[in-house]
Amino acid sequence: MKKVFESPKSLTKDPFTYCPGCHHGIAHRLVAEALDEFGVREKTIGVCPVGCSVFAYVFFDCDMICAAHGRAPAVATGIKRAKPDSIVFTYQGDGDLASIGTAEIVHTANRGENITVIFINNAIYGMTGGQMAPTTLVGQVTQTSPYGRDPKTMGYPIKVAEMLSTLKGVAYISRVALSKPAYILKAKKAIRKAFQSQIEGKGFSLVEILSTCPTNWGLSPIEANKWLEENMIPYYPLGEFKTPEEVS
Amino acid sequence: MEEKMLMKGNEAIGEAAIRAGCHFYFGYPITPQSELTAYMAKKLLKMKDAVFVQAESEIAAINMVYGAASTGVRAMTSSSSPGISLKQEGISYIACAELPCVIVNMQRGGPGLGSIQPGQADYFQATKGGGHGDYHLIVLAPSSVQELVDLTMDAFDLADKYTNPAMILGDGLIGQMMEAVEFKERKKINLPDKEGWTLTGCKGREKKYIVPFNLDPYEMEKLNLKIQEKYNKLKEKEVRYETVNLDNADLIIVAYGIVARIAKTVMSNAKKEGINIGLIRPITLFPFPEKIIAETSEKVNKFLVVEMSMGQMVEDVKLAVNGKAEVNFYGRVGGVIPTQSEILTEIKKYLK
Amino acid sequence: MLERIVISGFGGQGVMLIGRLLAYAGMIEGKKVAWIPSYGPEMRGGTANCTVLISSNEIGSPIVSHPKILIAMNQPSLDKFESNVSDDGLIILNDSLIEREVKRNDVNVIKIPADDIADKLGNSRAANMVVLGAYVEQSGIVKMDTIFKALEKVLAGRNKKLLELNKEALKQGAELVRKGKSNG
Repeated sequence: MKKVFESPKSLTKDPFTYCPGCHHGIAHRLVAEALDEFGVREKTIGVCPVGCSVFAYVFFDCDMICAAHGRAPAVATGIKRAKPDSIVFTYQGDGDLASIGTAEIVHTANRGENITVIFINNAIYGMTGGQMAPTTLVGQVTQTSPYGRDPKTMGYPIKVAEMLSTLKGVAYISRVALSKPAYILKAKKAIRKAFQSQIEGKGFSLVEILSTCPTNWGLSPIEANKWLEENMIPYYPLGEFKTPEEVS
Repeated sequence: MEEKMLMKGNEAIGEAAIRAGCHFYFGYPITPQSELTAYMAKKLLKMKDAVFVQAESEIAAINMVYGAASTGVRAMTSSSSPGISLKQEGISYIACAELPCVIVNMQRGGPGLGSIQPGQADYFQATKGGGHGDYHLIVLAPSSVQELVDLTMDAFDLADKYTNPAMILGDGLIGQMMEAVEFKERKKINLPDKEGWTLTGCKGREKKYIVPFNLDPYEMEKLNLKIQEKYNKLKEKEVRYETVNLDNADLIIVAYGIVARIAKTVMSNAKKEGINIGLIRPITLFPFPEKIIAETSEKVNKFLVVEMSMGQMVEDVKLAVNGKAEVNFYGRVGGVIPTQSEILTEIKKYLK
Repeated sequence: MLERIVISGFGGQGVMLIGRLLAYAGMIEGKKVAWIPSYGPEMRGGTANCTVLISSNEIGSPIVSHPKILIAMNQPSLDKFESNVSDDGLIILNDSLIEREVKRNDVNVIKIPADDIADKLGNSRAANMVVLGAYVEQSGIVKMDTIFKALEKVLAGRNKKLLELNKEALKQGAELVRKGKSNG
């Protein structure tokens, strides 16, 4: 009998502890599959953030280090510079990357550090219980925008993929979603391209993954997928924003 | 023996670090230590397999050190007071993750943006932890350019030996001044193998991870106790200090770094006036040389602590003296350096 | 022996450099030396100064409140440091740029038209070397040959013409002092 489906080697056997319907599990799996397919698990060092995915170090079966909130790109820079032959990725949420860690992500991208960033954008702070993120949509209700995000005082949601793609040091940037199988297949492709870009030494790569947070959005998993497609995708268009010719 | 060189303190630190095998430097410019950052750029950018990064901030720089150190290389960052405040988050993480690295603080006058002239007002920050949580740095306080060289090299060894960040606590003056230095051949010492904790990719072994947290409070307490054990060992084995003229002294000055140099001039001037002064100069500020201070307080009943602060190390001296002698304090701050005549006047007040 | 020297002038007059040369020469001769720069905003356009200590013993405090020697390359330097010079100290001043007399009468004064001499040599930037030559001749703190050696080290890689010019400026400064001594 031929085995057609198995758990990626780059994931441990520990069951995910994320909430039902949360996309972290899918994102983890896609990253792990990419590491397996490129055969780089044994030379990969992952950097997990502060936020729900602080536990990524438990789930990825490769060397891992936990950074302070927002600092993963700086930590990854240190690792990659010290061990240029390793494959280094960060896994960061929107509070981590787009709020407290903006300086680190912008300058790591601008230096063209040859690392891969997996950026989970679910428009909310998950770990701390549903506060406004820099990516929270206009009008979206959170614990700290209880009357909806008001751009007059809270600004507009940051489009990270677009913003970073203006930087010359960046090799590959794309935005994907995980709300339906067709999107997941595309997301997998994008993640592969990002790692391929790193393996080929092309420079900084980032995949922004639009994800759900059913718990803090107050929706069922299915409703959350629908909300993402109806509200997030129109503001955060999917697609590739920067590709080196050889990778595209 | 190598030829003597005339070097600026800041540059001497850089040369010492490179000779100690530190080929990974991450920094951000700030007066009065910028020559160190520039020196590392000049040297490391020309060296094979060496790394110099001018980070976007002090915060990023210390986190780059964290990343580099996790792979087992000798890594360093440097700054001056306000920049060191920014690094505290990262330093706390590195201490918790039990990684070795060296941090240089060429102190200036504070608080706030303060001044760019020399200061010693970061003593509490350096010796008591500085960031959040219970941790200490190994803190070395050089008082000459030669000692900057020697202690920088020692700092890397101590950091490796105890898998704990070490700090060179200097000041703007010692960083800016030039003195003759020698880079002496150093004795090889046995340092613990880094194999057990370095992140290198999991080829041929189980994966490893470095996580400076544990959400189980009992496990987190265990980690704290384990780290504390290292500090106890440091206190037992690594205390360093210099003493001058402790016998028959009428008064003991306790001072570190550049202020201890001034104190030495005070001693010789006082002697001409028939006043007999002794000096205890802590070289390690953590672990603090409390034993020698306690022993001396049994014999001499007057102490004067002199610092470029409003009185920080004096608290540790008082703890060590434990009421057995009178402990007085004289300090200048904001970038002002106490003069020998001021200190002598102060001494005479207590010897009336 | 502990010599305490403050050298002061405009930024760009090379006061830091002659301080370093002096310290370097002291080191070559096996003495203990320290060179302490003023640092900060005064580096950018205002007055720059450095302190040099040369001693036969370990140097304690590197802070000099009362230098024994003041080398003033311009008037603001004289204004700033004249009162600090220790009794019976020595002020060497650049007569080309300093119009006023030294007010104190308890110090020795040597006036050197450093810029004029340097101009005649074809490069006014060598004025610093002229006063250094004068000081070395006056004090004998280090040998002139050692200053030459230090100069070769410090200017290593620069063009040879500059080195020769500087040596000549040093010699002429020394010569002035020699003449002054034999006259006085």
